[in-house]
Amino acid sequence: MRSIILFLGLMAIASQNLWAEVQPYNMTEGVTDISKKVFDLHMLIFYICCVIGLLVFSAMAISLFRDRKSKGVIPAEFHESTALEFIWTVLPFAILIGVSIPAAKVLIAMEDTSGADMTIKVTGYQWMWRYEYVDHDIDFYSILKTPRDEIYNRAEKTDNYLLEVDNELVLPTNRKVRILITSNDVIHAWWVPDLALKKDAIPGYISQVWTVIEKPGIYRGQCAELCGRDHGFMPVVVRALSPEDYDRWVLNQENKNMASSQRTNQSSDQKVKNVAAATNTQAALSN
Amino acid sequence: MSTMAADDLHEEHHPSGIMRWVTTTNHKDIGTLYLWFSFIMFFIGGAMALIIRSELFQPGMQFVDPQFFNSMTTMHAIIMIFGVVMPAFTGLANWLIPMMIGGADMALPRMNNWSFWILPFAFTMMLSTLLMDGGGPAGGWTLYPPLSLQTGDALPFVIFSIHFMGMSSIMGAINVIATILNMRAPGMTLMKMPLFVWTWLITAYLLIAVMPVLAGGVTMLLTDKFFGTSFFNAAGGGDPVLFQHIFWFFGHPEVYILILPSFGVISSIIPTFARKPLFGYSSMVYATASIAFLSFIVWAHHMFTVGMPLAGELFFMFATMLIAVPTGVKVFNWVCTMWRGAMTFETPMLFSIAFIILFTIGGFSGLMLAITPADFQYHDTYFVVAHFHYVLVPGSIFAIIAAVYYWLPKWTGHMYSEFWGKLHFWLSTIFVNVTFFPMHFVGLAGMPRRIPDYALQFSDYNQIATIGAFGFGFSQLIFLWLVIATIRGGAKATDRVWDGAHGLEWTLSSPPPYHSFTTPPNVGDEWNWFTREHYETVKTRS
Repeated sequence: MRSIILFLGLMAIASQNLWAEVQPYNMTEGVTDISKKVFDLHMLIFYICCVIGLLVFSAMAISLFRDRKSKGVIPAEFHESTALEFIWTVLPFAILIGVSIPAAKVLIAMEDTSGADMTIKVTGYQWMWRYEYVDHDIDFYSILKTPRDEIYNRAEKTDNYLLEVDNELVLPTNRKVRILITSNDVIHAWWVPDLALKKDAIPGYISQVWTVIEKPGIYRGQCAELCGRDHGFMPVVVRALSPEDYDRWVLNQENKNMASSQRTNQSSDQKVKNVAAATNTQAALSN
Repeated sequence: MSTMAADDLHEEHHPSGIMRWVTTTNHKDIGTLYLWFSFIMFFIGGAMALIIRSELFQPGMQFVDPQFFNSMTTMHAIIMIFGVVMPAFTGLANWLIPMMIGGADMALPRMNNWSFWILPFAFTMMLSTLLMDGGGPAGGWTLYPPLSLQTGDALPFVIFSIHFMGMSSIMGAINVIATILNMRAPGMTLMKMPLFVWTWLITAYLLIAVMPVLAGGVTMLLTDKFFGTSFFNAAGGGDPVLFQHIFWFFGHPEVYILILPSFGVISSIIPTFARKPLFGYSSMVYATASIAFLSFIVWAHHMFTVGMPLAGELFFMFATMLIAVPTGVKVFNWVCTMWRGAMTFETPMLFSIAFIILFTIGGFSGLMLAITPADFQYHDTYFVVAHFHYVLVPGSIFAIIAAVYYWLPKWTGHMYSEFWGKLHFWLSTIFVNVTFFPMHFVGLAGMPRRIPDYALQFSDYNQIATIGAFGFGFSQLIFLWLVIATIRGGAKATDRVWDGAHGLEWTLSSPPPYHSFTTPPNVGDEWNWFTREHYETVKTRS
C-alpha cells in the first residue's frame, strides 16, 4: 500500500511540469519550497481521487449496461457481505493514513516561524492593506490601482486588472521572512497563491506565517475573507527582489522618508534657531 | 375496510379552503405545505443565484452594486439552506415516515402545524430585510463578526428570523424522533425500518443537538451589537474567532443534516429500480450513525486559515479525512445494490444514479479540502464553492427531486409524464455540470469567493458557469409544470406504482386515505424484504 502511494506520489512529482503548464486551470506550483510541497500534496490527493473515481464509476458503468431488465436478466438476491464491508472500510482508511503522513509533515513545516531574517507587519483595512517593515522605518498603504473607469466599463481593461496596487510589498528572495497579520476593522485574509500563504487578518489578534521566496518576480494575490463592499477590490502584490536589490530598495525608502520629513516638517532645532534669530533682530533693532 | 369508513366520517369535520391548510394537523397536508413552501423558495433563491451569475458573466461591474451583490450571495445561501433543502426534507419526512412505519400520523400533530407555519413568517421577515435601511445582510450566510455587526437595521430581523427557523426545525425534529421511536407498527424493530426512516431519525438528533448552538451564536451577535457584550470583540476581551467555533459547531453537523435524508431517499429508490434489496442494510445504518457522530468533531476544517494551533489543525485534518470512510462505504453499498440487479431507468432512478456519481465527485473535492496544507490554497476560493454546490445541488436537490418523482404517484394517484421527467433530468444534469464544474478550475487558478468582479484570466470559465446557471434555472420550470400537471391529472397510479417497490407505503392506495393506518398494519412480507428472512423463505419455497 505504501509503495502504491509512493509511486503515485512520484508520478505526481514527475508530471508536475506537465500540470504546471495547464495554468490557469490548476493550482500554481509557486516559487517557494513550501508552495511546491503543497502543490505536490494537492496533486497526490487529486490522483488518488481520480483512481478511486475511475474504479467506482467503471463498476457503475458496467452494471448500468449489463444489469438491465430490458436485457431479460433476473435480479440477483444477495444483499450483504461482511467481507466486502471490511475491505472497503479498511482499504480507504489505509489510503488516508498514507496521505495524512506527508500532509502532516508539510503542515508542521508551514507552522514553524522560528529563525526569521526579517519581519513584516500586514494590517487589513476596509479596503486596502498596510505594510510595515518592523526592522526599518518603512510603513505604507497598498491600494488597488485599477481605475474605476475600467471597473465600470468606461475604459478598456488592462492586464493585471484588479490585481495591481500603488505600493507593492517588496521582499527579498532567499531570506526567511516572517509576516505578522492583523486587521484594523473586520476579518480579512492575506493570500498570495505563488507563496502558498493564506492567513486570516483578525482585529485584535496577530497571526503569523513565514516564507522563503526562491525566485525574483511579481506575485499577485487577493483578500480571501469577505470583508464588506470592496472585498474583491483589495489585492495583494508582492515584488520579490534579489537580496542586494532589496537592501538597496530599503535604503532608498529610508532616505526618501528622511528627505520628506526634512522638507515638510521643520525639526524642532530649526524652529528654535528661527525664533532666536528673530528675537536677536528685534533686540538689535531696539538697541 | 374499516379505515375507509372511519375516514369518510372524518372528512366531514374538516374545514375546507384556506382554513383547511392553516389549521391542518394531518401529516400529509403538512408534508404538502412544506414541499410547496420549499419549491417557492427554490425559485426565489434561484433568482438570486441568477443575479449573482449575471454580474459574474463578465469582468467589470455591470448590473448591481457590490454591497447588493454581497447581500445576494448571503440571502441565496440562507434561503437555499433553511428555506429549500431543510423544509423539503421535513416535508418528505412528514409525508413518508408515518406511512413507512405503519403509523397513523406524526406523534405531535398540533406542534407539527406550528412547525410549518413558523416558516413563511420567518422568511417574510428575512426577505423584507432587503428593503431595510442599510440593505439586507451582506456578510455571508456564515454571519462572521465584526463584519456582520456592520449590518444596518436588518440585523435584529435577520437574527429573529433565524431563531424562528431554528424553532421550526427543533420542533420538527422532536416530532420525528417521537414518531419513529413510539409509533412503529408491532414487529417493526429498528433494524427493520426503511433506511429513509433511519436517516431521518439520525438527522433529527443532529438537529436537536446543533440548532440551539446556532441560536446561541446569533444571540451573542445580537448582544454584542445592542447590549454591550464583547463576545467577539478583542477590545472587550473577546475574540471574533469564538463566533466561528460556535457557528461551525452548528455548521458542520448542519451540512450532514442537509445530506443524510438524501442518503435515505437514494437507498429507497435504487433497490426498487434494481429490483434487488439494498446491499448491506446494517452497514448503511452504522455508516450513517458514524457520519453523524464524526460530524461533531470536524467543525474547524471550515477555519483552517484562522490561526489555530498546530495540534488543532492536525486533529481536524485527520478527523475530517476520516469521514470519507463511512461515506465511501455508503457509495459502495449503493453500487453493489445495482450490481447484478435488473434495472429500468425511470426518472427517479435517473436522478438517483446522477446523485451517486455527482455527489461522489463532490465528496472527492471535499477530501482534497480536508488536507490542511492544500486547503490553505483552496480556502475561500471557488474550489470550495464547487465542492459544496456539487454535494448540495446534484446531491441534496437531486435527491429531493428524485423523491418527488418517486412518491408523487403515491401522493396524487396520477403518473407523471416520463417524457417530461426525463427531459427535466437530462437538462438538469447537463446544466448542473456546466455551471459548477468550471468552478473547480477558477478556484484552483486563484479566484476568491464572494467577489462581484474578477481578474481577466477567470473570464472564460465564469461565462460558462453563468450559461449553465441560466440553463439549470429555467429547466426547473419543467419540473414545476410537471408537478402541477400530475396533481391535476394523469394516468391512474396503482397502489404499488413501481413493480420493484417495497415498503408499507406501497400497500396503501394511490392516493392514500387522508388518515392511513388508523389501525396498525400486519407485519408480513413487506419489510422482511429488507432482511434475510424474506430470502430464506423464498429459498425454502423454491
